[in-house]
Amino acid sequence: MIALLDYGSGNLRSAQRALLKVGADVRVAQRPEEIGDAHGMVLPGVGAFDDCLNAMRKQDLLGAAQDFIKTGKPFLGICVGYQALFEKSEEFNSCAAGLGLFGGKVVRFSERNGLKIPQIGWNQIRITKSDCPIYRGIADGSYVYFVHSFFPKPTDAGIIATQTEYGDTFASSVWRENVFATQFHPEKSQKVGLQLLKNFVELCR
Amino acid sequence: MLAKRVIPCLDVHDGKVTRGVQFGVAEQGGLRNVGDPVELALRYNEQGADEMVFFDITATAHGRGTMVDVIERAADQCFMPLTVGGGIKSVDDMYTMLRAGADKTSINSSALAHPDLIRQGAEKFGSQCIVVSIDAKRVAPDKWEVFSHGGRKSTGLDAVEWAKRAVSLGAGEIVLNSIDADGTKAGFDLVITRRISESVGVPVVASGGAGSLEHMAEVLLEGKADAVLAASIFHFGTYTVGDVKQFLAKQNIAVRL
Repeated sequence: MIALLDYGSGNLRSAQRALLKVGADVRVAQRPEEIGDAHGMVLPGVGAFDDCLNAMRKQDLLGAAQDFIKTGKPFLGICVGYQALFEKSEEFNSCAAGLGLFGGKVVRFSERNGLKIPQIGWNQIRITKSDCPIYRGIADGSYVYFVHSFFPKPTDAGIIATQTEYGDTFASSVWRENVFATQFHPEKSQKVGLQLLKNFVELCR
Repeated sequence: MLAKRVIPCLDVHDGKVTRGVQFGVAEQGGLRNVGDPVELALRYNEQGADEMVFFDITATAHGRGTMVDVIERAADQCFMPLTVGGGIKSVDDMYTMLRAGADKTSINSSALAHPDLIRQGAEKFGSQCIVVSIDAKRVAPDKWEVFSHGGRKSTGLDAVEWAKRAVSLGAGEIVLNSIDADGTKAGFDLVITRRISESVGVPVVASGGAGSLEHMAEVLLEGKADAVLAASIFHFGTYTVGDVKQFLAKQNIAVRL
């Protein structure tokens, strides 16, 4: 069973549908006690960094996510759920502290050369960690769906699992031990995204 | 590299996908029924569509209820971005559609009537959820005006200025529909598409006029659009989404194959 954290994120249902599609048993958790004996956890996200962290804090889900990660069971953060794992964000007026699991902050794309922000659409991932289990069966250079203006800059480049070019080259996903996180939306990335989620669900068994 | 997107648009009337020839024809009964929206969505999903737009052309209370059902069923089966437009008048309407499974909501006349709706929606759901759709018509050799209510009412607003204002209020994407080109299959309006694309810092989706594969390439290259939206050529089977993408790839345009 996978606990899908519900703090009001817009893509909760999409993430739930996609997880169900790949055969997961999903429990939507709004409170820490609903996480129970979950074998895996997914933190979805769309929107603002502060909104995500403040809503999680209000529902006591911040500590619950941290405790879950410590158990060593698989954890997947998506979009803002990825950014939330870092220390802080440069997003306008942001004052919330991230989970700080990874060093580094979340920065905005720079508006040079007429780069359109947010990045909306399908972009390629260069898989830098070919042994990363969530990329099993996924070709290097695959297209996945992004919607974001910000991205994290990990201080430890060793955690970067994929890179993507959009004006800058940025870390489009990271992996360290049991923690996986993607800036793109696997739940909206058709076959490639479903394969990634299927790989993650298999790790949770 | 970020791929250019190919987006089929489904005009939904009473739970069925329909297609009129030009603006305003729907009301005169000039609609062709082309199928079930979820079946069509699944077909385009298989063909490699990058996104799907569902447009409620009746925009009545009953129509909206039907639309929620359509979006829920489509979202259960198509794991790609979905946009809903037509009759969205409030933040609550946006929430209803996002909750049903839409990723973005598209507003047009309601944004013109209440520009603050753009800001309210962007603050509540993020700019990425708020698409402002603009129906533009050339009214002088070098002037495009914004029309509302399905292209029937002139607003007196300059299309480029309105696009810039919409973005400053929080729109995360602009859909530009040329009233002159819509339904003609004679090609997109390249001039206004390019002008708007170069004036705003958010993606611009070109709509109206797609009749051939060359038209698609043209509006992405010369028109500087970030995506193309089309209905008839897909519904009537002239081309598949795959045909369009293969052609674009041959012109060295980045697409997701």
